[in-house]
Amino acid sequence: MSLAKRIIPCLDVTNGRVVKGINFVELQDAGDPVEVAKKYNEQGADELTFLDITASSDNRGLIFDIIENVAKQIFIPMTVGGGVGTCEDVRNLLNAGADKVGINTAAIKNPDLVAEAASRFGSQAIVVAIDAKKVDDHWEVFTHGGRNPTGINALDWAKKMVKFGAGELLITSMDKDGTKTGFDNILNKLISESVQVPLIASGGVGNLQHLVDGVKVGGADAVLAASIFHYGEYSIQEAKAYMSKNDIQVR
Amino acid sequence: MLLILFLPKKKSFVTNDPDKVLKADKIIFPGQGAMPGCVEELDKRGLKEVLIESAKQKPFLGICLGLQMLFEISDEGNQKGFGLLPGKVIKFKSDYKERIKIPHMGWNSVIQSNTHPMWRNIKSGSKFYFVHSYFAQTSDERLVVGHTEYGDNFASAVARDNIFACQFHPEKSAAIGLQLLENFISWEM
Repeated sequence: MSLAKRIIPCLDVTNGRVVKGINFVELQDAGDPVEVAKKYNEQGADELTFLDITASSDNRGLIFDIIENVAKQIFIPMTVGGGVGTCEDVRNLLNAGADKVGINTAAIKNPDLVAEAASRFGSQAIVVAIDAKKVDDHWEVFTHGGRNPTGINALDWAKKMVKFGAGELLITSMDKDGTKTGFDNILNKLISESVQVPLIASGGVGNLQHLVDGVKVGGADAVLAASIFHYGEYSIQEAKAYMSKNDIQVR
Repeated sequence: MLLILFLPKKKSFVTNDPDKVLKADKIIFPGQGAMPGCVEELDKRGLKEVLIESAKQKPFLGICLGLQMLFEISDEGNQKGFGLLPGKVIKFKSDYKERIKIPHMGWNSVIQSNTHPMWRNIKSGSKFYFVHSYFAQTSDERLVVGHTEYGDNFASAVARDNIFACQFHPEKSAAIGLQLLENFISWEM
């Protein structure tokens, strides 16, 4: 089979700029979104994910300008998430040029939002993001960066979201996020084998072997990483060369 | 929303006006969403007949659903297509020998099974971006100009006379996709 595993750099944006920081504290300016997106496109990124972490509602509209500007110049798929709460939000982001929209907390408050958005815009446009944390012998869905438990079993939730029309799942391990010790491959494998839609692994990448393990051990269809690319530790080309050397199909 | 792009004298624009479609030199027809909804919208706007007429004469590029629409019928909602090309649109199965994820999403190789002006400066085996759950199955193998392996070995590009259609998204396939779009602009019949 020749479908390539995807490498997706994730860009956190706030107030119209790309930022980087550990655990969302001490955010550092990392440049203009269009320039950063261009750089990753030139390096061979398979997709881009933008996460809008703008806290104040005053500046939320800026994300639409960013997406519009990026979409005018860069011709690879783009996913946008962060604060998506209504079908109207989904529509506006797709109209601005996003190909897929990520829904996270809003899906927990109102699961029907996923069903409604999927039937209006197609499953291929709806990514459900799940932040999961290990509790005893299972994984639970958390919100607000892992601070708020929901009491929902992550595997059950993943299956439910696919049934509701999610075309893809973005699984972030809250235990691994920011630790640079690799994905939670046990969690990813559990979910990947239980659903038919593609799974994007997220949270914990510290080196290139982690990307390989995400695919080979965790069964991910795509791997998402932020810091290893932002800080220039590795380029996308290096990541692809390493994966290829490990018999993983890349573009 | 329907996105139909027309290229009169190399100036491109997006429209849903049947008159403008008739006057255009070339047509890009991406289609969007699911087949039944798309056909309904085209009918409502008086675009279906105009598009069928155009696809018989002018350089016509169908993308994704815009490829599927050219065939006779789709399993998606048992919906009739334009019937310009022989064959039907079917869904990926869930029981191939190798387990596959549906939708087929990501970059996959397109093996060129025929030469075509649209393949200019594009190597056989180049990877393009796909996102779909249905694909076209034609009874006329001569129409297939590109094929892709995913569970099935399916037709990822078809062509006849003035029609070229691809299941992948050139507009999302980085430099190689832009090359294909450029080839469409310079394609002389």
